[in-house]
Amino acid sequence: MNGSGEDMLPETDTLTGAEPATRPVVRSRVERPAPDPAAPVMFEVDDLNVFYEDFHAVKGFTGGIKEHEITAFIGPSGCGKSTMLRCFNRMNDLIQGARVTGRLLYHGTDLYAPEVDPVEVRRRVGMVFQKPNPFPKSIFDNVAFGPKINGYKGSMPDLVEGSLRRAALWDEVKDKLDESAYALSGGQQQRLCIARAIATNPDVVLMDEPCSALDPIATLRIEHLMQELKQDYTIIIVTHNMQQAARVSDRTAFFNVSLNEKGQRTGHLVEFNDTAKLFTNPDERATEDYITGRFG
Amino acid sequence: MRTITTGDAVAARIAGRKLHWRELAFEGALLLALLVSLLFLVTLLADILITAMPVLTERAADFVSGELSPDPARAGVGTSILGSLIITIAVAVLAFPAGIGTAIYLEEYASDSWLTRFIRTNIRNLAGVPSIVFGILGFAIFVRLVSAVGLGGSVNGRNILAAGLTLAALVLPIVIITASEALLAVPDSIREAGFGVGATRWEVIRHHVLPSASPGILTGTVLTLSRAFGETAPLLLVGAVTGFFTLGEGSTVMDRLTSAYTALPVTVFSWSRQPSEEFRALAAAAIVTLLVVLLTANAAAIILRNRYERKW
Repeated sequence: MNGSGEDMLPETDTLTGAEPATRPVVRSRVERPAPDPAAPVMFEVDDLNVFYEDFHAVKGFTGGIKEHEITAFIGPSGCGKSTMLRCFNRMNDLIQGARVTGRLLYHGTDLYAPEVDPVEVRRRVGMVFQKPNPFPKSIFDNVAFGPKINGYKGSMPDLVEGSLRRAALWDEVKDKLDESAYALSGGQQQRLCIARAIATNPDVVLMDEPCSALDPIATLRIEHLMQELKQDYTIIIVTHNMQQAARVSDRTAFFNVSLNEKGQRTGHLVEFNDTAKLFTNPDERATEDYITGRFG
Repeated sequence: MRTITTGDAVAARIAGRKLHWRELAFEGALLLALLVSLLFLVTLLADILITAMPVLTERAADFVSGELSPDPARAGVGTSILGSLIITIAVAVLAFPAGIGTAIYLEEYASDSWLTRFIRTNIRNLAGVPSIVFGILGFAIFVRLVSAVGLGGSVNGRNILAAGLTLAALVLPIVIITASEALLAVPDSIREAGFGVGATRWEVIRHHVLPSASPGILTGTVLTLSRAFGETAPLLLVGAVTGFFTLGEGSTVMDRLTSAYTALPVTVFSWSRQPSEEFRALAAAAIVTLLVVLLTANAAAIILRNRYERKW
């Protein structure tokens, strides 16, 4: 398992070879105040495991996701970071044979309790996917669909405008709201998907590698947007890109893969720490190896 | 001495253009295959058109609206067209809801188990069963069923209702398969997007999956209707009249549904069996009518599909 390349953007390239590996490699470019250790916890996760049929996909995730923070899940391909993300809005329910054990408390309620309605969960925990996936409808209808099915009673044009403004897309689309969403560029489509996710007024926005299909400029716009959205929402982002995690997140969870006794690749949490600490002075040797580009 | 440059070497290699005989021969063989099939089609159509010409030029309107008659100078396909249309409507009403519903259940709701795989496989097998077998099914079951519920009329259930049920059973597997394929072609990312904003399964299907799949479903179903419109063999078993009949004055809609009937392809069949030259011309004219109806239906399917696809 050595360099997949995707994770090693220029910033790391120059440093991996010559520099001693103990040096911190990735620094947060934006100087931000350290995350507030007293921030209230939104999700409390205790020994969460995901299985697909007999296959143990991710094991034993434990930790807390705090309100109004950006939490990043990083790790090599197949480490189960996306699988773990999809537990937070019960998206895994849609996959046949998927099973979740352990506890995932959302504001103190177990998300996997039998009386919990997954549809209601997804209304409160929005999601943005890896590939922009607008509905094949107009820009307006894309944003309005969620509120409409949720029985939103207020003024729909106002809500659509507000959501598009918060997603930093309004100025680009205000004159063509009834045009197809497919006419937008990839970056615009992804911001439309963000607008769609926040239109239902969720608590949390999950982002599953939201920039992996976008060019660097569109990526930067989304990253800026995330810093603004953080004021109103709690964000969990899965990213393949360590620099992105370092740039945008407050806290980072690093997942790794190991072979289990049946020879299957099972993901597990290695370290969950403040982003600044994880990238400069990680507690675990495996984290350090990953962020210094020794594998991944 | 002149040195050989890279340019010389390249020119020597790429300038030696030759005729590729094997390429040409293969292309020629393919073209020949195309011409042979076209030739068959054109010959067939030309022969039918020429044979039908006397009828179509002299009394086209009279022919299209006329009733069945032993007199070739008065016989027409009006009754047959009406019968075929009623059967086709019955097929649409019976087979589409059941077929599209089955497809939605199989593709969107049912989990992938040995049972659903078994059902899918057998639906595909059913689509390949010869139509005469469905005729026997119709004769054994639908004719009796129609009689049992008191709609048998004067023909003991061998009426247009039994015919509609039989052809609906015949096209049902095809409707299910085409609708399933149209649903499968809708990318999962659309479903995930719907679920992601808190839509229920039904809302995702109703607002996103069905609108995206509808052009495909529509095309497939119209094509199955043309299949039903052109079927002959099963109808012969469930009572389509190959001779002559009239419903008489004052017959009601109910009489039409429950008594003797015929359909356009059955009329083609029965006229072709007549020895006289006049009936051969009538049969050819009936074939032309049948082809015009089928081509119109297929064209309508294509136009509808393009219109809906252009929307988004």
